[in-house]
Amino acid sequence: MLEGSILSRPVYDVLEIRPGRLHLMVADAEGAEAILDLAASAPSDFFARAHVIYVPKRAGDKFIAKLEQLAPAQLYVGPTYEAALPRLRRVLAGAHMGLQVYLAGTEGLMGQAMFEATEAGIPHSAIQTEHRGSAVRRVQCVHCKGITEDVTHDPFQCAHCGLHLFVRDHYSRRIAAFQGVRVDAEDPGNIPESVERFR
Amino acid sequence: MTIIFKEETFHDDFTFRNSPEAVKRFPFPFPEDSYMYSVNLEPHKSYRPGSVYERTFDVDEHYVSEMRDRARVLAEDPLRCQSLPHMTLAGWDLLELIMTSKAEEYPELFELHRDGAKWHWINRPLGIEQKFTFLDETTLPYGPMEYITRQTQGDFAVLDQRDDNLWMDAGMVTTQADWSLDFDIGMNFFEWHAPVPKAHEMGIFQRALKFLLNIQQGSPARRLNWTMTVNPLLDTSPENYHKWGVMKKDLTLENMGQMMHLRVELQTFFRLPRSNALVFPIRCYLIKLDELVTVPKWARRFHRVIRDLPTELATYKGFVTNRPKIVEWLSKYDDGALTSPGIWPD
Repeated sequence: MLEGSILSRPVYDVLEIRPGRLHLMVADAEGAEAILDLAASAPSDFFARAHVIYVPKRAGDKFIAKLEQLAPAQLYVGPTYEAALPRLRRVLAGAHMGLQVYLAGTEGLMGQAMFEATEAGIPHSAIQTEHRGSAVRRVQCVHCKGITEDVTHDPFQCAHCGLHLFVRDHYSRRIAAFQGVRVDAEDPGNIPESVERFR
Repeated sequence: MTIIFKEETFHDDFTFRNSPEAVKRFPFPFPEDSYMYSVNLEPHKSYRPGSVYERTFDVDEHYVSEMRDRARVLAEDPLRCQSLPHMTLAGWDLLELIMTSKAEEYPELFELHRDGAKWHWINRPLGIEQKFTFLDETTLPYGPMEYITRQTQGDFAVLDQRDDNLWMDAGMVTTQADWSLDFDIGMNFFEWHAPVPKAHEMGIFQRALKFLLNIQQGSPARRLNWTMTVNPLLDTSPENYHKWGVMKKDLTLENMGQMMHLRVELQTFFRLPRSNALVFPIRCYLIKLDELVTVPKWARRFHRVIRDLPTELATYKGFVTNRPKIVEWLSKYDDGALTSPGIWPD
């Protein structure tokens, strides 16, 4: 579980079966386990109306066979979230009333998919999320606006402008990222030792 | 009343100064000798002629230079002004509110002539004359919110009201106390205030939200907030923190009176008629400590407030490192005498 934090930080729950005409599931890495756990309580015809978009990342092929066994109507396994994005957008664009959205895995994946779903008109409060696996963060540099993925250390160096940033808990749903702020702004060069905070 | 608009800068050579008249009308934010958060909201009614509370949108001697500074900041970073697609109507509401208020309250500076939807706006201090069609975006050089807030002092957060909450869905933010519109846009009231320490636990935001959700058309409200800023920087944005943060190091007992500023925000809240949005202007007033201590009551009180402020607040407001120096400097102006209640000079 992720530690409690300030009020801009999303709160994640546990996925549950909800009635719907189409069940769209987006997951990465260990997020697959949340879908598999959900399957345990699913009615027999549930996955016949499911579209699973899965990005294995560090989990490799560990969960792929098990996801196949669920026999979802559509199962897509993609190399990266970016690669899966056009597909996700297409599914959302064609969605009708009765679509249920389930997001599982890392905060970065859930945050970005959440943004796509809300842009498609689904209120964020109607979207289910479950955090699984890595707690690495997606962080936006407030200075250059570049986003660094999979941040483990605090402070860390911005992948775009090279400034050393500390990681705030302040979170933007639209950017799907935490905020990074120059750590040595008031005393340039005085950079505290970087520690692994997110793994 | 004639305002003489000053030529001054809020960057590089920092030539900003307050005239003695501007010092007298400064909105000193402390009604007593100590400070803690409160929901200090009151009706935004015309009060005390000559004060910043007299007019709906106060125009002062810094107007022209502040608008020039806004244009400079926007040229560097257009993300300081954003409006989500559903907020355009609220932008027109805001334009109407500002134009009608200014034309009525400052007739020698601003004129608005309306013939149905055909409007004619004259802004003398900035040398602007614009004929346009109300509610037709193609007839203005910018969107309505950006157009009018490039001509109005203070930041503007335009808040959509839905689901019993307020959502920061549009804004013009170039004179902010270290928060980012680009990051916070789309957040609700609790989310954009999330980084503020203590106040959530004290129930401040729950009570403030309840009040704000019920603000009615024609009954605006106001409050003061404050922090401190080294150099007269209007733009203390997180985006540029790596440029202005380092200036805090230059503060000494010798340059304190000129470099250190009390920064006061006059925050007002108006219900907008067509969109039912709430507009939240945040007007920044700066005063040098040298200027502030010309009012003996303020000097005494400010010393006591800064000295006794809880560490958490001094940290959040960004001056905890410099506080000992500031208190030492201010202590010379505090003879221990009693101060009168209220914010105004004796």
